[in-house]
Amino acid sequence: MTHHDIVIIGGGPAGLSAAVAARKAGIQDILILERDGVLGGILNQCIHNGFGLHTFKEELTGPEYASRYIAMVEEEKIPYKLNTIVADINKEREVTYINREEGLVTIKAGAVILAMGCRERPRGALNTPGYRPAGIYSAGTAQRLMNIEGYCVGKEVVILGSGDIGLIMARRMTLEGAKVKVVAELMPYSGGLKRNIVQCLDDYGIPLKLSHTIINIEGRERLTGITLAEVDEHRNPIPGTEEHYSCDTLLLSVGLIPENELSKGAGVSMNRITSGPNVDDCLETEVEGIYACGNVLHVHDLVDFVSQEAALAGENAAAYVKNGKRGEKCHKVPLLAENGVRYTVPQVLNVDTMQDTVTVRFRVADVYKDRYIAVYYDDKLISRKKKKVLAPGEMEQVVLKKSSFADYPEIGRIKICTEVE
Amino acid sequence: MSGLQYDVAIIGGGVTGAAVARELSRYQLKICLVERAEDVCSGTSKANSAIVHAGYDAATGSVKAKMNVEGNRMMGELSRDLDFAFRRNGSLVLCFSEDDRPALKALYERGVANGVPDLKIISGEEVRAMEPNITDEVVAALYAPTGGIVCPFGLTIALAENACDNGVEFKFLTEVTNISKIDGGYELAVRDKEPVTARFVVNAAGVYADVFHNMVSEEKIQIVPRKGDYCLLDQEAGKHVDKTVFQLPGKYGKGVLVAPTIHGNLLIGPTASDIEDKEGTYTTAKELAEVTAKSAISVKNIPYRQVITSFSGLRAHEKSDEFIIGEAAEGFYDAAGIESPGLSSAPAIGVYLAKLIAEKAGAEKKTDFIATRKGIPHVAAMSREERAALIKERPDYGTIVCRCENVSEGEIVDSIRRTLGARSLDGIKRRVRQGMGRCQAGFCTPRTMEILSRETGIPMEEICKNQPGSEMITGEA
Repeated sequence: MTHHDIVIIGGGPAGLSAAVAARKAGIQDILILERDGVLGGILNQCIHNGFGLHTFKEELTGPEYASRYIAMVEEEKIPYKLNTIVADINKEREVTYINREEGLVTIKAGAVILAMGCRERPRGALNTPGYRPAGIYSAGTAQRLMNIEGYCVGKEVVILGSGDIGLIMARRMTLEGAKVKVVAELMPYSGGLKRNIVQCLDDYGIPLKLSHTIINIEGRERLTGITLAEVDEHRNPIPGTEEHYSCDTLLLSVGLIPENELSKGAGVSMNRITSGPNVDDCLETEVEGIYACGNVLHVHDLVDFVSQEAALAGENAAAYVKNGKRGEKCHKVPLLAENGVRYTVPQVLNVDTMQDTVTVRFRVADVYKDRYIAVYYDDKLISRKKKKVLAPGEMEQVVLKKSSFADYPEIGRIKICTEVE
Repeated sequence: MSGLQYDVAIIGGGVTGAAVARELSRYQLKICLVERAEDVCSGTSKANSAIVHAGYDAATGSVKAKMNVEGNRMMGELSRDLDFAFRRNGSLVLCFSEDDRPALKALYERGVANGVPDLKIISGEEVRAMEPNITDEVVAALYAPTGGIVCPFGLTIALAENACDNGVEFKFLTEVTNISKIDGGYELAVRDKEPVTARFVVNAAGVYADVFHNMVSEEKIQIVPRKGDYCLLDQEAGKHVDKTVFQLPGKYGKGVLVAPTIHGNLLIGPTASDIEDKEGTYTTAKELAEVTAKSAISVKNIPYRQVITSFSGLRAHEKSDEFIIGEAAEGFYDAAGIESPGLSSAPAIGVYLAKLIAEKAGAEKKTDFIATRKGIPHVAAMSREERAALIKERPDYGTIVCRCENVSEGEIVDSIRRTLGARSLDGIKRRVRQGMGRCQAGFCTPRTMEILSRETGIPMEEICKNQPGSEMITGEA
């Protein structure tokens, strides 16, 4: 069985950044496995701009952002295999992949970095009643057909869900000459970034209807129309609020789900809220030597943070390959998400071995105004920061300093929560 | 053949039509099958419970009972001959109250009288030992080890392909609009196409069987589409139950079932509501909620969050509540009212009708009948060695297109190139399960469209989900 020091599953933004960081940390023998025919992952179809403000201090398109990392991978001569799908990973870090040229191959990895990204929630998962005609696409599928394959998916469009891809596609379809009639969002707030609502809907006069959902889908062959209704606080349609829209296309942007089939196969423990693996501050899963980063870990808003997170995974995987397991007697402290904070990544902090600072990322459960984000070590308030607006669509973060733990040698838990006053 | 084009014309490419075609193709007859849609298995046969019933439901002595028990008996060998997925997982009919025990006992006795083998009434404890997720309310159950699950697409497509291999001509996108008696047979008028003439006609038109029957017979029948909504759950939920779990039948048929599918998903449903629209394959919020509520009576902790799709099917329910199989007018044969247990019964209906027609036609059996058919290899299910060898031989088996169901380009290519190959995305999906998984074709749709276009020469703009009118894209960007 061939051995590689680090095997990275996925050649999208997370995988590329992890690879570059691992190489810079001194690991020569790295292999990236990518299922698509090119590196770059989903960025290739994100031809709009707005990428890279944090990483490169300039505004790039998705393909431009990807090409910067691809160039680094090429420059570092990091090997990768395209059109190669991983069929299985096990606890022993044996990775089985398949491609045309080699067939079925199993390799052994010193460390594995999971960077498979996420997929879109389909219509079926919503149980929306009605027919099942052509013309219903998840927003990302439509984006691929339009931006990579060069086809229009429709002329009169309704979009359900206000996730970022849906918002981006509202603008894209409009620019392509389609009429985007409405974007409907089940929740009383948008799931996307504020800037996307402004730049993709407001600028084009596309109405966003919050607390609305689709209650019927019409058309036997191709979609002919939908019925929209307002929902009450329990998300049930309110009778009498039905509105009919004729359309030939329905795009869905109703959530992204980390693609963790391989992770589960490897026995990695999963987090119910993020649908990604539970990880510590090194982004190591509960299976030794298997790391996770990017959208497979938790869904991000900005690729810049994916790159940062993945670089950390790459560095830590490199350290593991060079130095082996960290001390057995690590003081592991769980991070608890409470009172309006839905989850944290990481979920566990090794106080003894942590780097000088650790960034904890999280999302809130609802739209909050003028709330504080508070950090507690056991019951002791450590920091409190006021935020004018907190929204589920915008990932938040707090930075924990190693030095701050000096006074808390017996710490049992770290709590991150929102507070009103 | 007195100037007629065919000896037999079969209307309808569902499981019944395909079974009749396959059995008739054993004889020296010129046969065609006409189908309104672009593919076989496009109506009721594609949207049902995918169950091979044991045969205790229908009244003793009824055609339904006979065909069901015989069809069930045939299914094992047929699945090996024609290489489709079938498993006898056994079925349970749950009894929730001591008051209902007499009804359970009656069901048992009916099953025995119908000739269903190995039936047993078991206690609530025995049920829960067998199926730990069965609710505590269950006091007893009828256990039928011969009950099974089948791939309804696999069964229908296998029968059709084998019929085609044995000379049956398939005419798709061929909608019969009228039937008239002509000298020595019938003429079928076809929308926008030349008429079809044949000595014998088989009416296997599903929910439209009454329309065709009533064109030739004075004894009118009426098929009421009985709609049933279903939810399909992710394969992660597929082991929630192992057996097909029914509820003791009530006024509206067999109630809601919970069953694993042959491909490892969990299926719950169907509802039963009589509608007028023969095309009314829509789901409703009310019925989907009913599926959820009723399934929870049988099985606890069903992970409803893992629903990956919902769909609706129309049972071809005839007012008499019975299969109508036989000669309705001179040379015109019905296979009408084929509602549940139609899928289970289809192989037996095929044999029965083929024999009737062959006798009437005085047709001899062929000596070169091809009795077996090989399905498309499912590469992901193969052993490592087999898979490696296959990829070596055909590298496109090494390119995974549908990552949820692990379907390779090679399998998709096969589904298009083989006998009665797919011409639509749904056709590919039914043959190799591309797009059947948890992302519901999100990732693989563009690539699959491209392969279909490349293999068939159909321009991208004309690639359809199913029938014409269901085009996927509207033009170039």
